[in-house]
Amino acid sequence: MTLPLLEAHDLQLNFGSIRALDHVSMALWPGEVLAIVGESGSGKTTLLKVLSGSESPDHGQVLYRDPELALHDVHAMAAPRLRALHRSDWGFVQQNPRDALRMGVSAGGNVGERLMAQGARHYGSIRSSALDWLREVEIDPQRIDDLPRTFSGGMLQRLQIARTLATHPRLVFMDEPTGGLDVSVQARLLDLIRSLVSRLGLAVILVTHDIAVARLLAGRILVMRRGQVVETGLTDQVLDDPQHPYTQLLVSSVLQA
Amino acid sequence: MMNTAGHPMLKTHGLSKSFTLHLQGGTTMPVLENVELTVNSGECVVLSGPSGAGKSTLMRSLYGNYRVGQGSILIRHRDDWVDLAQADPRRILAVRRDTLGYVSQFLRVVPRVPTIEIVAEALTIRGADHAEAITRARSLLLRLNLPERLHGLPPATFSGGEQQRVNLARGFIGGHPILLLDEPTASLDAINRDAVVGLVAEAKAAGTAILGIVHDTPTRDAIADRLFKLYPAQMAAA
Repeated sequence: MTLPLLEAHDLQLNFGSIRALDHVSMALWPGEVLAIVGESGSGKTTLLKVLSGSESPDHGQVLYRDPELALHDVHAMAAPRLRALHRSDWGFVQQNPRDALRMGVSAGGNVGERLMAQGARHYGSIRSSALDWLREVEIDPQRIDDLPRTFSGGMLQRLQIARTLATHPRLVFMDEPTGGLDVSVQARLLDLIRSLVSRLGLAVILVTHDIAVARLLAGRILVMRRGQVVETGLTDQVLDDPQHPYTQLLVSSVLQA
Repeated sequence: MMNTAGHPMLKTHGLSKSFTLHLQGGTTMPVLENVELTVNSGECVVLSGPSGAGKSTLMRSLYGNYRVGQGSILIRHRDDWVDLAQADPRRILAVRRDTLGYVSQFLRVVPRVPTIEIVAEALTIRGADHAEAITRARSLLLRLNLPERLHGLPPATFSGGEQQRVNLARGFIGGHPILLLDEPTASLDAINRDAVVGLVAEAKAAGTAILGIVHDTPTRDAIADRLFKLYPAQMAAA
């Protein structure tokens, strides 16, 4: 039996009188995609921040199991070690690619930078790896020396994905990766994420308010409301036969195109 | 695969399912009560019963798409019996990948992906080589009379019948030991219904256990070894 890659136990976090996380527990296994859904203010982005170590809980633990099966308490880790983890085993895809990319550095530089942070030094191999990744995310390799600010929103998001995946993480956190994009651009990105995730065997925690995105990408889903996990399970089961009143409301509120 | 006398592949015991509608004041609707069903390898069982008897609900429950209230759904998965009513999501996904195939009435796919890749994917997720999966997908699509010029296009703009055939190809290509068919011929013309009858016959000969909902009489008569009748739950309870 394989063991979870990431586990959270009884996470609690209050912002003043607001319960951002209220007894949240979860586990993620290697190679699976877990969607966290809920409306704004439900605590889903806060949960992602706590899971990835950028925000500390008032109570509870997040445990990461490395490839040698050693367990690490994410919030007890020294800051340099957590940063090292983010550079090697983990990746993070932000909703707004401008928050992750360096807009004054070329597209190739953005990908190469992460490789260099991981220790790559040979200029030729960094550049060829960057070229491979641009091709992988369907960006014309001739744009390698262009600055990201000349890219469209969809291209920027694909560049961020290339930058994130270039170091071969095994766990990727995604915060609304298709949010704020045109529908046609979103479809292309969904297809790209889906094929990369399955081909590379990535484990993904995906935060989205769009349950259609969750359905297409995630095997399992976790529904949040007011800091609590109200329902969790197989994605199609939760969406097609929701048990909790809030999930029923969420599913029935989706507009049919 | 050898078709021996036929051994159970799917069994339900005391299977019951109701829906609680929280947005309608918590109304509870019983749909299935104490369903006892067995499907053997190499046979095709077709569900019968009036509209509203719960045929689709039963199919969806058997696939793990609906959560059952009581009872068990035993699926012969490799050399084990797995109770789908109790299994965790990752186990259900493994059963679906290797053992339990499903052809639904609706095609739900990532936009923009070419038809042939959608069909081939059902094989590659089981570990098949991509090139071989594409070859098999092409021949299955052609057999279902979907011309090659459509294979490279995403099915979003296809007609209902064409989408249905993409669904069928995706359901049959995997060669799962158990196959659930939810109105597989609903929007097909006679020629394509015949193609489906042929696929079902071959799957049965290969030992596949098949359970279906089939409304058109000629197809049902051609594929069914026996019928399994469902009654509306309230009547069964009375």
